[in-house]
Amino acid sequence: MSSETAAGARDAAPPRPRWQVLLIRPESMTFVLLVLGIFAGSLLSPFFLDISYILRSFTLYAEFAIVALVLTMVIIAGEIDLSPAANMALAACLFAWAQASGVPMPLAIGIGLAAGLVMGAINGFFVIALQLPSIIVTIGTLTLYRGLAQVIAGDKSIRVPEWFIGIDKQMVLGVPLPVLLFVLLAIALGIVLSSTVFGRQIYQIGTNEVAARHAGIRSARIKLLLFLFIGVVAAIAGMMTASRLGSVRYDLGLGGELQMVLMAMLGGTYIFGGRGTILGTFLAAWLLVIVSTGMIVANVLPAVQLVVLGGLLIVSIVATNFIYSRTQR
Amino acid sequence: MTLLASLLRRREAGIAVMIVLFCLAVGAVKPQFLSLDQLRIILLLTPLIMIAAMGQMMVIVARHVDLSIGSTLGFSAMVSGLLYRFVEGEPWWVGVPLSVAVGAVLGLVNGLLVQLFRLPAIIVTLGTLSLYRGLTFIISNAKQIDRQWIPSELKGLSQTSPILGIPWIIFIAFGVALLTHYFLNHTRIGRQVYAVGSNPVAAPLRGIDVTQVTLLVFTISGALAGLAGILYASRWGFVNPSNTGSGFEFQVIAAVVIGGVSINGGVGTVLGTVLGVLLLGCVAAALPLLGIPGTSQAAIYGAVILVALLIDRTVRRQGIAQLRRTG
Repeated sequence: MSSETAAGARDAAPPRPRWQVLLIRPESMTFVLLVLGIFAGSLLSPFFLDISYILRSFTLYAEFAIVALVLTMVIIAGEIDLSPAANMALAACLFAWAQASGVPMPLAIGIGLAAGLVMGAINGFFVIALQLPSIIVTIGTLTLYRGLAQVIAGDKSIRVPEWFIGIDKQMVLGVPLPVLLFVLLAIALGIVLSSTVFGRQIYQIGTNEVAARHAGIRSARIKLLLFLFIGVVAAIAGMMTASRLGSVRYDLGLGGELQMVLMAMLGGTYIFGGRGTILGTFLAAWLLVIVSTGMIVANVLPAVQLVVLGGLLIVSIVATNFIYSRTQR
Repeated sequence: MTLLASLLRRREAGIAVMIVLFCLAVGAVKPQFLSLDQLRIILLLTPLIMIAAMGQMMVIVARHVDLSIGSTLGFSAMVSGLLYRFVEGEPWWVGVPLSVAVGAVLGLVNGLLVQLFRLPAIIVTLGTLSLYRGLTFIISNAKQIDRQWIPSELKGLSQTSPILGIPWIIFIAFGVALLTHYFLNHTRIGRQVYAVGSNPVAAPLRGIDVTQVTLLVFTISGALAGLAGILYASRWGFVNPSNTGSGFEFQVIAAVVIGGVSINGGVGTVLGTVLGVLLLGCVAAALPLLGIPGTSQAAIYGAVILVALLIDRTVRRQGIAQLRRTG
């Protein structure tokens, strides 16, 4: 800023031009990376630009992506949940174990959903009623849920009935069902988060919980709802994974917490809460699929993919942090 | 209430009581649990966790957390393993400083990311957790370091004993604990770790270099994970890129949290952590004896973390209430 404008700037800084506002939003960074990723991928392989190929690849990540959408809301509210991947495994194990021991399918699905709800409630109880930090609590429950899944399933895999297999092969309007579910959930949550009172309250809690409470926002109730919601969605994702794989093992979705957090962070969700959008996570999920399948197409070792994903997580939080520290909304 | 009161005064006493009660309860069902032989088994279960727990404890006291230690352990062990495999005729002990140094570098990277970019340690180390694991695969070409490559003197550390039939690694672990105790209680920078953890905002006002302290605790945590790595090779005789150290962080965090180290920073003692490690060791040793399958171990660790969190919170609440009454 030049010196003659600095004198007048005492009252208020001039509003930034609209293009600048757009450019410094973290979602724009995600979008640019996505375009670059598609471009790089298409150089690697001619199959890459095939939309049905990308859609099919997306089914591999759709379960995590669906949970990541809800996780975005949890992080915006100033909390975090590292347990949904373990939650997916336990819910799927309970469901598969129930139906394998003769429980009718609808009831088995109900058991899986109820398990997700209970796990969300346990997280919520520790975080909200006991006021413990969610990161440590969910490290504990992550170990617990994964461990319980191992208790139930042992080291064996539990088969699910033939007709239950293949949700990822179900096509609706030419789009695999999990992808469609992801898109629909993204639209619904995007509207809730950006255009409803409830959604705005989530941002307020994340920005300043004490102030939000003084403003009459029931933060405890909203946070509990979010934990319950992510619990149920994780359970659904777990059963979707069971349907895609055809059998359930305790290590279902292992390491998924990294991918979920990565999708949220890469989409510009601020780790300290209060900022972020569903659109960002939506774009980041696609970016992650492009990067992962790009690496598979390029015959990159799975180990290198681990390195890339871990590195990507760190780069994305550094970048998001940088952007937010430079721009006060 | 008397039990709670004593917990309040000395948290360590409470953990010791818990260990005794647990052992007596298991001993009531299976008398052979209360034997010297069993003590040896328990002690042999603990040294790796104890060494890494010392570093993790410092990190948690400074109000951070290090999720990457399992991968750090695996990576440092792998570097030394590759050295043993591909370099002929180097002395066996070279792996020890090498692992420690490699671990220290990885820890320093965590510290730099956390401190320079002001990022939450949990997310940074979740990233480096997979980063380091991937690097372990890359440097090892996804191949295991087998038994024959590990020098027998190194393996001897966990088999031969200087005194009383207790293997070297147990002495090493307790040595590390003593050094940590000295460092935290009798050095200037050790006390500063507590100061930073109990109030990171006030610490710089008192002339404490928070950056220095943060980098130091992460480096130490990495270095100790590196030491645990080479001792892993000694104890188990192999290094595997995928499972060496995976899930280790949860055991260590469980031990530290049971040991009364507050997750809100600023509070925790070496003695408490040692007792936490021993309690975890007792639990691990009791499971097979009670006929509980090994597959339930992870669930029990998870439950133990949650119970420890509950106790931590209760103690903290009571402590605050007591402060209000007296002051």
